[in-house]
Amino acid sequence: MKERRRKERIDRGIKAVTDDIYCLSSLREIAYLVLPRVLPVIGLLLLIFLVPLYWKKVLVITFIMAIMAISWDFLSSCGLISLGQALFFAVGAYLAGGMNYYLGFPVYLTLPLATLFGGALSTMLIFPALRLRGMYFSMITLIIPLMLMRVVEATKIFGGTEGLSALSSLPGLYSSIGLSMLALFATLFGLRRLVASDYGLIFVALKDNDRAVEASGLNTLWFKVQAIYIGSAICAFCGAFMTHYYMNVGMSAFALDLSIFPIASCVVGGMGTLAGPLLGALILGPLSEALRSFGTFRIVIYSALMVVFIAGLPEGIFPYLRRKYEQTERWI
Amino acid sequence: MEYLRVDSITKTFGGVVALNDVSFSIAEGALLGIIGPNGCGKTTLVNVITGFLKPNSGRVIYRGENITRLRPSKIANKGVGRTFQMVKPFYRLPAYKNLVIPLSSPKVKEMGEHFGDKDSLALDILEDIGFERDSRVPFQPASVLPHGYLKRLEMARVMALQSDLILFDELYSGLSLAEVASMTPLIQRLSSAGKTIIMIEHRLKELFRIADSVLVMDQGRVIAQGSSKAIMKNEEVQKAYLGIELKR
Amino acid sequence: MLVYGFINSLILALIALGFSMTFGISRVANFAHGAFYVLGGLLTWLFLRKAGMPYFVAAILAVLIMGILGALMYRFLLQRLRGLELSEVIATFAVGLMILELMRCFGVMGFQYRLPAFVRGSVSVFGTYVGIQRLIIVGAGLVLLILLYLFVHHTKLGLAFRGVAQDDHTAYTVGINPDKVSMLSLTLGAMIVSLAAILILPLGTISVDDGYDILLKSLAVCIIGGLESTLGVLVASFILGYAEILTVMYISASLSMVVPLLCMLIILLIRPSGLFGKYKELEERI
Repeated sequence: MKERRRKERIDRGIKAVTDDIYCLSSLREIAYLVLPRVLPVIGLLLLIFLVPLYWKKVLVITFIMAIMAISWDFLSSCGLISLGQALFFAVGAYLAGGMNYYLGFPVYLTLPLATLFGGALSTMLIFPALRLRGMYFSMITLIIPLMLMRVVEATKIFGGTEGLSALSSLPGLYSSIGLSMLALFATLFGLRRLVASDYGLIFVALKDNDRAVEASGLNTLWFKVQAIYIGSAICAFCGAFMTHYYMNVGMSAFALDLSIFPIASCVVGGMGTLAGPLLGALILGPLSEALRSFGTFRIVIYSALMVVFIAGLPEGIFPYLRRKYEQTERWI
Repeated sequence: MEYLRVDSITKTFGGVVALNDVSFSIAEGALLGIIGPNGCGKTTLVNVITGFLKPNSGRVIYRGENITRLRPSKIANKGVGRTFQMVKPFYRLPAYKNLVIPLSSPKVKEMGEHFGDKDSLALDILEDIGFERDSRVPFQPASVLPHGYLKRLEMARVMALQSDLILFDELYSGLSLAEVASMTPLIQRLSSAGKTIIMIEHRLKELFRIADSVLVMDQGRVIAQGSSKAIMKNEEVQKAYLGIELKR
Repeated sequence: MLVYGFINSLILALIALGFSMTFGISRVANFAHGAFYVLGGLLTWLFLRKAGMPYFVAAILAVLIMGILGALMYRFLLQRLRGLELSEVIATFAVGLMILELMRCFGVMGFQYRLPAFVRGSVSVFGTYVGIQRLIIVGAGLVLLILLYLFVHHTKLGLAFRGVAQDDHTAYTVGINPDKVSMLSLTLGAMIVSLAAILILPLGTISVDDGYDILLKSLAVCIIGGLESTLGVLVASFILGYAEILTVMYISASLSMVVPLLCMLIILLIRPSGLFGKYKELEERI
């Protein structure tokens, strides 16, 4: 009798009971799981070394924007959809700039301080809105940065329209790259671990049914505060970093661009997965840089991409790729 | 001492009076049923007792303590558990992880380290409730579970919280007779374990079989309270439900 | 001052009306509202200046085209996203962004881009000199409001609109096609806002940045007044209109945009459904 071959999914022997419990019995199976996680890290490391100087700088900015996108994704997994990441960024940026300008703190002090206090300050600013649910919360996150921007412009505090300049810079390009990449991976893998832990579960549950979480004896307000603190501290770090990278801070810290880019990255890359926004940022970042010569045409491209993805591939690229990876079959 | 006392609770929404001077009390270990036509304020009452809504006036006293103005999570940690009429589990989490949430509450944490690992405890509770052991069901994301299982999950949630006073808000809604018949012994078991239970229900026959006493509401007021037999004969209750009096 | 406040309020009302209609009818928050405003004005300008059409014709054509654009946006984009609030907002916002920035790229800036006033000259009203154009705006605004009110409350189509707003599944079962109705609501919204643009733009120039301000102001008016209520839009326009004028006159002109934002913030914190919105305590806060 002729032997007939059939197709079988690679992960058939590996997945036990459910989609996230695996049963590994060979190096090859371990590789199947580990490879997708390790490859991006290696890939990015290689990229940094292989790419010409101009693009290295682009990469730094892209990494930072990716971090912001990931933090947005985290917050939205907790049900806190913020339309104003720029606020957290600006708080961190101004704190670092201010500490450097008015108090003369060096970079290795301003960065951690701006992160921790930036998170605290942002949380305090957003706190009154945390009791509101859903859409109302999002509206407030949209309004506050816009308002603050105009107030800064009008009252000319912190340097008004021109901002503060001649701030200390980060020691050299390679340390900037290193720092931003380190932060990126810390954020990505850290948040993924967090969300998978029992503590992180509470955040995810907040999105699905916050009243049930409350009825289960957990103070949702306190948890929302924690979620915002984590998300905003991460963005504050980004703001502080950029302040020292560009050696100045100004109203551009409140830019709409900063609020939109994370959302666009998530739309393109895939919401809810934390790795999707990284992918999205890696696509959109260099793309927007390549189109820089077109001026504001970039924003047209972003928005066009957003529209196309939201209508055509709403789940984003990453989930699509992941599905295909998991569904790959082999002949046996 | 009364275990739970609800004292002259009034709650209005804009111009609508949802609860009008509602008072009653319940003894420890009792099983009270609350019935009434739709829209009479039963769920609002539960929301006020459990702290999700604050009344315009009146008090809720639980074990001698005034819990009226407390946060719902604080009230839950004091031992008051509730289910929700509109069942919305934590969809993205596997079924057993849904229970890890209440198991992470301060109350349960306080109750003891001897409880062991949260995951296995959750699986045990699910088995108690009727999820088949050693099957994939507890591990499936809650989004794929059918209605009957979701209702059990709701019940499991309050059990995981180790509540002493449990308010079931229309637990039986949407369940077949067989499913109701299989859930009733679970409630009776809770009751014999000493828990105090309040059940809001529309399934009168099943409720009357297990309730010690029944409270009837209509348009925000309590119109009758007593044993199931007395309630069934009560003319006002009949009028409220059927619109007419039954002449026997 | 009172007079300016009144006029400003009606201007706000006209602007916000389109947004409120679209949301009130089909619960679609059209974040491309500002873009539609500017585009409506630009189209009119194009027809007027480049194609040499008479004003009246240019205006009507522009309004019609905007209406069609609104319908297309619904049909090809929003229809797929019904029910996913966040995606709808992102999608419409992205469309708006696209339109506005595209216009910026083509250099829509400067004094050449203006629409002529219908009638020149001014007239004294209660002791203050007011341009006749502004009076026309007020008049048109009032007329439009009345017409819309009658339409929504007294015609069959209007009734259908309200049905879909309340529950589109049920609307299906009584024979109303919610998709068609939602499409029409976007058409209506787009047309109203283009009309508003044609009326109001003669007061200044067509500028791309206006687009964002318009969106924010409409949002502010609708949120303060309550997202589902036309009366709310009217009242909120007056509150905001006067607040703005007062700020500009007595505090500082550069803070004028802060006013709608601040008012929105206050309302969201105290009474999120707005002044005339349907109060749903459990939905608002926990």
